[in-house]
Amino acid sequence: MDPALATPAHHSPLTDGHSVDLNLSADTELQLIARRARRRLLRMHFERKVGHIGGNLSCLDALLALHHRILRPEDSFVLSKGHSAGALYITLWSLGLLADADLETFHAEGTLLAGHPVPGWHPRIPVATGSLGHGFPVATGMAFARARCGQEGRVFCLTSDGEWQEGSMWESLIFAAHQRLPNLTVMVDLNGLQGFGSTREVASMEDLGQRLAAFGIPVLHVDGHDHLAVTAALRRPGSAILVLHTTKGAGVSFMENRMEWHYLPLNAEQYAQALDELSEDAVAAALAAGGGR
Amino acid sequence: MRNSFCQAMLARAAQTPQLFFLTGDLGFMALEPLRDALGERFVNVGVSEQSMIALAAGIRRNGGESWAYSIAPFCYARPFEQIRNDVCLNGLPVRLVGNGGGYAYGPMGGTHHAIEDYGVLLTLSGLRVYVPAFGADVAPMVAAMGAREEPGYLRLGRSEVSDESALPAYQRWRCLLEGAAGLVVVAGPLAGKLWNAWQARDRADRPALWVLGDWSADDQELPAALCQAIAAAPALAVVEEHVAQGGLAAWLLYRLALAGVACPPLHHACARGYPSGRYGSQAFHRRECGLEADTILEALRAAAGLPASALAGPAAQSVAV
Repeated sequence: MDPALATPAHHSPLTDGHSVDLNLSADTELQLIARRARRRLLRMHFERKVGHIGGNLSCLDALLALHHRILRPEDSFVLSKGHSAGALYITLWSLGLLADADLETFHAEGTLLAGHPVPGWHPRIPVATGSLGHGFPVATGMAFARARCGQEGRVFCLTSDGEWQEGSMWESLIFAAHQRLPNLTVMVDLNGLQGFGSTREVASMEDLGQRLAAFGIPVLHVDGHDHLAVTAALRRPGSAILVLHTTKGAGVSFMENRMEWHYLPLNAEQYAQALDELSEDAVAAALAAGGGR
Repeated sequence: MRNSFCQAMLARAAQTPQLFFLTGDLGFMALEPLRDALGERFVNVGVSEQSMIALAAGIRRNGGESWAYSIAPFCYARPFEQIRNDVCLNGLPVRLVGNGGGYAYGPMGGTHHAIEDYGVLLTLSGLRVYVPAFGADVAPMVAAMGAREEPGYLRLGRSEVSDESALPAYQRWRCLLEGAAGLVVVAGPLAGKLWNAWQARDRADRPALWVLGDWSADDQELPAALCQAIAAAPALAVVEEHVAQGGLAAWLLYRLALAGVACPPLHHACARGYPSGRYGSQAFHRRECGLEADTILEALRAAAGLPASALAGPAAQSVAV
């Protein structure tokens, strides 16, 4: 059993001491959590002058839905797109599984919160990831061992879309499909942008969902920023691939669909504008208008 | 050694219910008994070595004992990043097994040779290499690999000794022959070739022969008896079917230096790639590299300032070392 998953979030900075309306629907509550998580994620990256913000924002909603609504003590999660470690750290912080003091060490000397997850210190980070094409194969091995040993629990994995250009991903997909694994759910953060161009321009795999479906594992297309839709898809029993249609830089207007936010840190002016867009007033207005993230 | 390995794995599997054996579509005519015994825990992952190593890491991360098998070059070279990241960086004791170390796949060509395998792998933190010299070494090595909570790489070859019953049982360091004409440290099946060639010679006319079976970058200590013997020897030869860089000679000399042991004149007999640009059997490549008993003996005698041996064969005169 994963001890962190067994431990209740005894002090969640997003639900303790904040004005979360407990009567809100689950979707609305997660929207509020997501807004505040975005603010904290931007602050962490701004204070540490660190990039990779765009891809963190594209997958943050799915990570929040998974960790807040789905993961049980017997489950595991592998962040195959390790460059979104920031989103994972913020998600763990939103559950009270990391403290503000921990986040302040992000990218610092002597930190455990490296730019890509390092192993051996947090139960919700089962393996080191960062080199693309590794996390999904390892997660497949974890799921395989559980299935063969009759163990409870599902294995979830989040990949990027460009990561599917790695051959090891397809090797493992062949294996997972052939073994008919019953317990592996893969999320693909389909934000359409990779390191030096769009996925369409660099090495198109369109339609990625169709290509994945050809291996015989059910593929579901989901709005990756719709917490209810992501949660519902993740609740589906059995193995599946969730193609999350996302926006790189989601939630910050000047970052959305801009490749440079794969790399750039925020300057003070940009940070102020981003916070303004994610302010409590903006949250309330968006919710009142029925808006998303 | 494949059959010895299969038998050793059968014994281990019988007492290790969580054991998973992965193969990259290799093992025909050798691993069928293991496949039959393990059932669905014997997994042919297909021609996908990168995935195989990552899967083995995932299995281990979930509590299983995982062994991953292929021919040697496919076991360490193609999936090196998976070994580095998924296995070693995560500190997972995955066991890698490469069949056909060195030039064992001879005429198959250079893609199928593994002449830099343990040098590459020993750059990784915590990984130990196991290089059996004889078939009887394989079972204790498998047991040791399984018992140690560290990543391991087993380099299988072909036992080349004429009579294994005459040899001492496996230890990390073994002295196979006493001798006065220098001292030879060897790894792998070449030990059998040297033993075959030298065991009948007079003690005064042959070198002492030591064989090393497993080592890691973290090992620092050398046996006192070995250090004393090297210090007293007129010359030292290190013999391995592996390139010089990252090889046993560098590993040994560094530790001798740390121990303050003065090293006598050195001859290093090792893999030198493909000097003629031509390919052939394992024996062909060994001959091109001076990895033959007579050649090594003469080079050792020359290093020691001794006259050429009357028993040396023609190869000793024809191959520059």
